[in-house]
Amino acid sequence: MSEFQDRRTIQEIVLNAGTVAIVGLSASELRASNFVGYYLKRHGYRVLPVNPNEERVLGERAYSSLLDVPEHIDVVDVFRDPAAVPQIAREAVQVSAGALWLQFRVISPDGAQIALDGGLSVVMDRCLKVEHARLLGRMHWMGFDTGVIAGSRR
Amino acid sequence: MDEAPRDFGFNTRAVHAGQRPDPYTGASATPIYQTAGFVFEDTESASAYFNLQEYGNVYSRIMNPTVAAFEERLANLEGGVGAVAFASGLAAQAGLFFALLEPGDRIAVAKALYGGSTAQLNHLARKLQITVDWVDMDDPDGWRRAVAAETKALFAETIANPGGNVLDISLAAAVAHEVGAPLVVDNTFATPYLCRPLEFGADLIIHSATKFLVGNGTTIAGAVVDSGTFDWSNGRFPSIAEPSTAYHGLKFHETFGVYGLLMKLRSETLRDFGAVLAPFNAFLLLLGMESLAVRMDRHVANALTVAEWLRRQPGVEAVRHPALPDSPYRPLVERYLPAGAGSVFSFDLESGREGGRRFIEALSLWSHLANVGDTKSLVIHPASTTHRQLSDEELVASGVAPGTVRLSVGLEDVDDLVWDLERGLRAARGSAVTA
Repeated sequence: MSEFQDRRTIQEIVLNAGTVAIVGLSASELRASNFVGYYLKRHGYRVLPVNPNEERVLGERAYSSLLDVPEHIDVVDVFRDPAAVPQIAREAVQVSAGALWLQFRVISPDGAQIALDGGLSVVMDRCLKVEHARLLGRMHWMGFDTGVIAGSRR
Repeated sequence: MDEAPRDFGFNTRAVHAGQRPDPYTGASATPIYQTAGFVFEDTESASAYFNLQEYGNVYSRIMNPTVAAFEERLANLEGGVGAVAFASGLAAQAGLFFALLEPGDRIAVAKALYGGSTAQLNHLARKLQITVDWVDMDDPDGWRRAVAAETKALFAETIANPGGNVLDISLAAAVAHEVGAPLVVDNTFATPYLCRPLEFGADLIIHSATKFLVGNGTTIAGAVVDSGTFDWSNGRFPSIAEPSTAYHGLKFHETFGVYGLLMKLRSETLRDFGAVLAPFNAFLLLLGMESLAVRMDRHVANALTVAEWLRRQPGVEAVRHPALPDSPYRPLVERYLPAGAGSVFSFDLESGREGGRRFIEALSLWSHLANVGDTKSLVIHPASTTHRQLSDEELVASGVAPGTVRLSVGLEDVDDLVWDLERGLRAARGSAVTA
């Protein structure tokens, strides 16, 4: 699993991504996917909801599948049952997304391999919001270990 | 990205983790954010903070940037995902068990435990309708015999106070995980420099940061560190996995994943308990922790010299330093504490309770004081002080006899420490002869 939690890969995705398609983005404010979508929008990412059961989520038009998204996707961020991941990975490869990001407990070695073979970077069992907050944001205000060690001012 | 992130060493992290040069002023030391509240940028941000949708400073009873720097440094050194600081070690312990347990639950706890912790757990058991199953941590089958279907945590100290029992961390962790419960370890006496229990399977760490972490006896403080690896959604921890009434039905574990327990501990338990660490105390802790490794090496060396010297003195029996060659804990020390078994240990005077009194009264350099882990060398007679609230049975179970003396060996010149102890032993022997 640690091969899919590489700090350098995570850094590259968090720092360089612009558009994030969130597969399984819930309209309920109490769900983890909604927390993450809200946070990413707030921090300047373009959030593209992928959820066939919703018209709009977080004020953005929702798409039924990745194949319907009419623009380039930097990160496909997945909040679905692990069994759904291989198909999502195939679609992510088909639309030439930059990375497949599987959230906490979305663990699918098969899906990860499909994405890797298709040339995508892969992160598994990590939270995109947490990694953003760790590297760029305010997670250190909450007593979490960011792993940031620095004595210089930048 | 020109180079891979570096894995920094313990000393580097002890100096830097959790702290960054202040982005506004460039201040090199961590500023003491002596403020109760924090001004919100706008109404949208304010509601995002209160809904936990965004990490933001709200009120120093819940979080504070100086305290957060201490929390992150401790979490980093222990190898955890984060920490929540409390006003004391006992507040951290009460907070954690309050967050984990429901009425009717059981916890299995090592009998060899700090007397204040024993008293608190008995108190919690009475008030919260939980049951404490006391365990002989030296018995290889002790943990397995103590756990039941309702057991929600196993709890012990890395090095027990004051008996010096050393916990077989991997063994206790295996039993805990068989029953779907976390292993909680009080790592106060070892510090993350001498032992990192999370690396051996423990799930949660409690610290009294009052001791070696601050290092100089200036501050009462505590903390809980989480490994982030325990599965709180295993069906046994509804308070962490199920919807929280305090946050409109938020599920902490589902929403925050590996950070779920700590988010709950901070935004519910600490918020409601109010036993918060003061920013100035966190500042002192940050100063102390910078030199943790350097101090611990000296503490360990001084303590071992004193223990070996004591063993050779007439009138002294049962020197319980776990790193001594004939200690029953030597194999566990080699496995879990290769850099040293700390600097707090106890020994028994042949001359019993009266001898203990004369010994302490004759000392002039050592301080008679109810604390440990100070730069100064400290001595106490547990039967009449720290463990006074325990019954005779509990006293013996926690490794204390009437003539037991506990030492916390400081950073003075060890020859001076031995000089003073010799004066004490002479006085103690005198009492035995005349009695």
